[in-house]
Amino acid sequence: MKPQLNILENEKRPKTREVVLELKDLNKSFEDNHVLKNFSMKLHKGENLVVMGKSGSGKSVMIKCLVGLMEADSGKITVMNKDITNLNQESLDILRADIGFLFQGSALYDSMTVRENLEFPLRRHSKKIDENIERDELVVEALQNVGLAHTIDLMPVELSGGMQRRVALARTLILNPKIILYDEPTSGLDPITAKEIIVLMQDIQKKYNTSSLIITHDVDCARVIADRMILLIEGTNYAEGTFKELSASKDPKIMAFFKH
Amino acid sequence: MLVFSHIKPVLKSFFTEIGELSYFTARFFKEVFRRPFELKELLRQCYNMGNKSLLLVGVTGFIIGLVLTLQTRPTLMEFGAVSWMPSMVGISIVREIGPMITALVCAGKIGSGIGAELGSMRVTEQIDAMEVSGTNPFKFLVVTRIIATTLMIPLLVIFGDAIALYGSYLVEHLKGDVSFQLFFNQVFNSLDFGDIVPATVKTFFFGFAIGLVGCFKGYFCDKGTAGVGKAANSAVVFTSLLLFIIDFIAVFVADIFYDL
Repeated sequence: MKPQLNILENEKRPKTREVVLELKDLNKSFEDNHVLKNFSMKLHKGENLVVMGKSGSGKSVMIKCLVGLMEADSGKITVMNKDITNLNQESLDILRADIGFLFQGSALYDSMTVRENLEFPLRRHSKKIDENIERDELVVEALQNVGLAHTIDLMPVELSGGMQRRVALARTLILNPKIILYDEPTSGLDPITAKEIIVLMQDIQKKYNTSSLIITHDVDCARVIADRMILLIEGTNYAEGTFKELSASKDPKIMAFFKH
Repeated sequence: MLVFSHIKPVLKSFFTEIGELSYFTARFFKEVFRRPFELKELLRQCYNMGNKSLLLVGVTGFIIGLVLTLQTRPTLMEFGAVSWMPSMVGISIVREIGPMITALVCAGKIGSGIGAELGSMRVTEQIDAMEVSGTNPFKFLVVTRIIATTLMIPLLVIFGDAIALYGSYLVEHLKGDVSFQLFFNQVFNSLDFGDIVPATVKTFFFGFAIGLVGCFKGYFCDKGTAGVGKAANSAVVFTSLLLFIIDFIAVFVADIFYDL
């Protein structure tokens, strides 16, 4: 299903860029609550796509369907030309190595040190890493990328909320993913720390040339980072466009997102 | 009819839970023989559950031994049968009191700990993070914990029995001037195969039940901190009930085979 309002000007719409992730007519319900209604979207290579929506609009459900944490009722999910709804567990696990996921609450394993947290994804995907590089080197490098190399032997509980988010980002990066999914990356953080996380996300995008899907309701985050935006309203892809285009819209439902 | 309409949802929820627990158990047996075996995590869990419960089990066992002897002594003296004290205490501790008290104490300490730990991991999306990183969380978290409790509870019961018998010996030594050798010779002479084997075999089932229910309640914990508390609490309540049922079945079966 196409967005109800496709604001993105034709000349700006990516036509030839490779699609790395596509959702087609996705539906998901919880009993009588129809959360996603024929939701469709595409993420292009190297793009930062922001999906904005109110709390409970189905953003997190959509992103969880994308990595197979939830099963959609119907629709097609294609990640790097593979339909994940048809993959067996083994193939899904292999594909997941190319998808980084930054959880809303960081989701660091609190019984493990920062080092063990970062080593955890490596144990399952050892084939993906260069045999000549020591695991410890990878861990230190990932932590250096987020400016937290000194926290390597600390427990997650000893870190602040912002530091936990950065360590979680380092854990996401350790397998060098092609796509990164961010679930509310700035939620629960003070404005300064939130800004630091946004800058870090931009740096990572440049350094690793990743494609990013960012789920948020933080307008400031969207303004800085979005190449393109989708507004998820009542389970549908209500509008699509750049931040500038959407924020200039006169549609009351869209205007509600940008009013401060 | 009015009574039935009140009972119906309770019955429905009870049988639904039994069905889900059966499915969970079947999944455990399916996963337990599959690679990878997560030995490091299994050893960590064995250490945590075994070593960290020693003090509690030891103190409980010691007090039970003391109290049992102190309370039984006057009655046995009345019948002139105080020389039977080591045999009576040995049989009652090895057959019933030791396994049951240790299992109940462990249900409180280990079962609730597992329920709360897995519950909080579910709530904070750590289990989802594990799955996204390509690790099977059921295998890593559930299978290792159930095996650990199944192996550790029998060892803790043996330890608890030994300490309880020592507590009993102390009372006998102080009140009746009985030597260590005489006391334990009498204890071991009174025990036979039919006392030790069924009592030991049932402790493996106790351990399995403690791990299984703790994991089940925690793994499917409701969202929110209240859900974690509920998971820990219901793990203890349900396990305690299950322990008595297993004990009844074990005694019933042992009676058939050993004519107790």
